Amino acid sequence: MNVLVCVKRVPDTGARFELTADAQAIDTRNMEFTISPHEECAVEEAIRLIEKHGGSSTVLTLGPEAAAEQLREALAKGIERAVLLETDGSEWDPQATAQAIVEAVRASRFDVLLFGNECADGCNYQVGIRVAQALDIPCVAGIKALEIQDGKAIAKREVLGGWEVYELPLPAVFTVKEGINSPRHPSLRGIMTAKKKEIERIKLSKPQAQLVKQRLKKPAERSGQVEILGQGKEAVPVIVAKLKELGVI
Amino acid sequence: MILGIIEHDRGKIAEASLEMLTLARGLSQQIGAAVHAVLIGREIQALAASLKAYGVTRAHLVQDERFRDFAPEAWTKSLVQLIGSVRPQVVTAAGTDRGNELLARVAASLGVGMAANCTEVRPGASFGVTRLRWGGSLLEEAELLNEPKLFTVAPHAVAAQSSPAREFVTEEFRPSLEEKDFRVRVVRRIESEKTGVSLPEAKVVVGGGRGVGSAEGFRILEELAQLLGGAVGGTRVATNNGWRPHADQIGQTGTQIAPDLYIACGISGAIQHMVGLKGTKRILAINKDPEAPIFSRADYGVIGDLHEIVPALIEEITKVKAR
Ligand SMILES: Cc1cc2nc3c(=O)[nH]c(=O)nc-3n(C[C@H](O)[C@H](O)[C@H](O)COP(=O)(O)OP(=O)(O)OC[C@H]3O[C@@H](n4cnc5c(N)ncnc54)[C@H](O)[C@@H]3O)c2cc1C
Ligand SMILES: Nc1ncnc2c1ncn2[C@@H]1O[C@H](COP(=O)(O)O)[C@@H](O)[C@H]1O
Repeated sequence: MNVLVCVKRVPDTGARFELTADAQAIDTRNMEFTISPHEECAVEEAIRLIEKHGGSSTVLTLGPEAAAEQLREALAKGIERAVLLETDGSEWDPQATAQAIVEAVRASRFDVLLFGNECADGCNYQVGIRVAQALDIPCVAGIKALEIQDGKAIAKREVLGGWEVYELPLPAVFTVKEGINSPRHPSLRGIMTAKKKEIERIKLSKPQAQLVKQRLKKPAERSGQVEILGQGKEAVPVIVAKLKELGVI
Repeated sequence: MILGIIEHDRGKIAEASLEMLTLARGLSQQIGAAVHAVLIGREIQALAASLKAYGVTRAHLVQDERFRDFAPEAWTKSLVQLIGSVRPQVVTAAGTDRGNELLARVAASLGVGMAANCTEVRPGASFGVTRLRWGGSLLEEAELLNEPKLFTVAPHAVAAQSSPAREFVTEEFRPSLEEKDFRVRVVRRIESEKTGVSLPEAKVVVGGGRGVGSAEGFRILEELAQLLGGAVGGTRVATNNGWRPHADQIGQTGTQIAPDLYIACGISGAIQHMVGLKGTKRILAINKDPEAPIFSRADYGVIGDLHEIVPALIEEITKVKAR
């Protein structure tokens, strides 16, 4: 079985962030980078599928040269091949991203193509779906369980009050939500091997976007001052009084 | 004309769809266009009629004997055929899992852009939108270039408001579908059993983070939640370490909560956690680090070790309740 997983490099913002002066991006100076938790789970799912059914796994990203770091993390966990669709680092809209991924994978024979349900920064909810439709293969979005049996997939999606179960033929696209599995940490040996692995690179230039970003804005935050009720155990009577005042006891 | 895709489940229209219609109605007044609705499924006639109250002048009822549960490709093809026949300027849906998926599929079929989770739209020489990114901790102003304009409306961005339409008609639409269009479909549903107060509905939520330290450490949080008739949740650190199941994760890639009170224990206040608290009325933070960012977002703060404070709090509340 051949499995593809697509990930996107994003800043790990922590508790505070500022925008760049032109309001086009988050100011990432002094920030580390990561991928969405949904995508971490997609990577884990790809590794598990290969462990169970045999075959080969590939991780792909569209982004700047620096995104090789995220590819190596996936390699360190056990993904076999890595592909970097290299851009100048400016943001691509989801339609252009999907188009580039389609062109890069059209000639390969992937049985399972995994995406996150939505990327962490753009939250467009569409790249995986667009890839599936362009390749004319079935897709289930937002899954939290996947099983492959006799060339068929059984996928589950959580809905209000329960689960929907889908059965579909392969090849297929799945967009994954965090919770489908618990991702492993890379081993030291994995990290060492990943360092030496070759990353396949394809340089791309940016096409016209249909969803054109103009500027980013920070939403209004919860304002007001925190009322410190006290320190340590001594604060307990004050907390209880507050809980009474709020009507929770 | 603006075409709104209505989401419904077991005879009830989703609140998010009514919010979408409210935003669509505002847009319709600006561009001088009518609001139409489209419903897919069976037994939708009565549901459709209730949309008149939200300003819908025409409801398209898409019907096929094979429609039961969700079949994304068949639904998408039906919508694309309807769009081809009624030619809307705008197609919109609620920014729910289903709404975002359906509109993404329609966008892919039409080869046009799609803006997910918009809070505002600005028609004019260019079509501007404001949309949620980073799970709502960042806003983006963007333009949608090609036609028709496709966007979903972020849940809770506008409150659903009724405003009856003067006229209302329903019209049946029979898509032309093949067996192949049903290759992806729900083959069965599993109902999950209800246990205790659910996180999204709880009036009080006690949340735990790295500071709780272990699965065992969550016991005192469970106890506190129980005393207050609430539920327990946690950060990604708590779920990733296996201290709590993922279903308990609050935040961008977890659950959204809206309690009257959130008690955050040993939680630093990362943005991706805090966006899960959008509907929360009050936050009480217990953290041993006075510089923790959570204190700048909380209403009440207690500085200290949660392993000392929470048990003492449980003891005191038990005493007060016994009185
Ligand atoms: C794209 C993306 C999506 C994410 N989605 C989510 C999400 O859905 N939900 C989520 O929660 N996170 C999410 N995260 C992770 C998030 O960024 C933070 O890493 C995480 O929320 C931090 O959890 P924490 O507060 O438990 O841990 P830390 O940040 O490590 O904070 C622990 C806090 O506990 C305090 N503490 C320690 N010991 C004690 C003690 N004994 N008593 C009192 N206080 C103590 C410390 O002072 C510290 O402030 C996401 C990250 C990314 C990049
Ligand atoms: N630049 C990118 N490179 C590779 N995969 C991507 C990229 N952007 C999005 N994806 C994939 O598509 C999913 C959905 O992204 P989106 O539709 O932008 O929210 C993500 O979780 C990734 O799996």
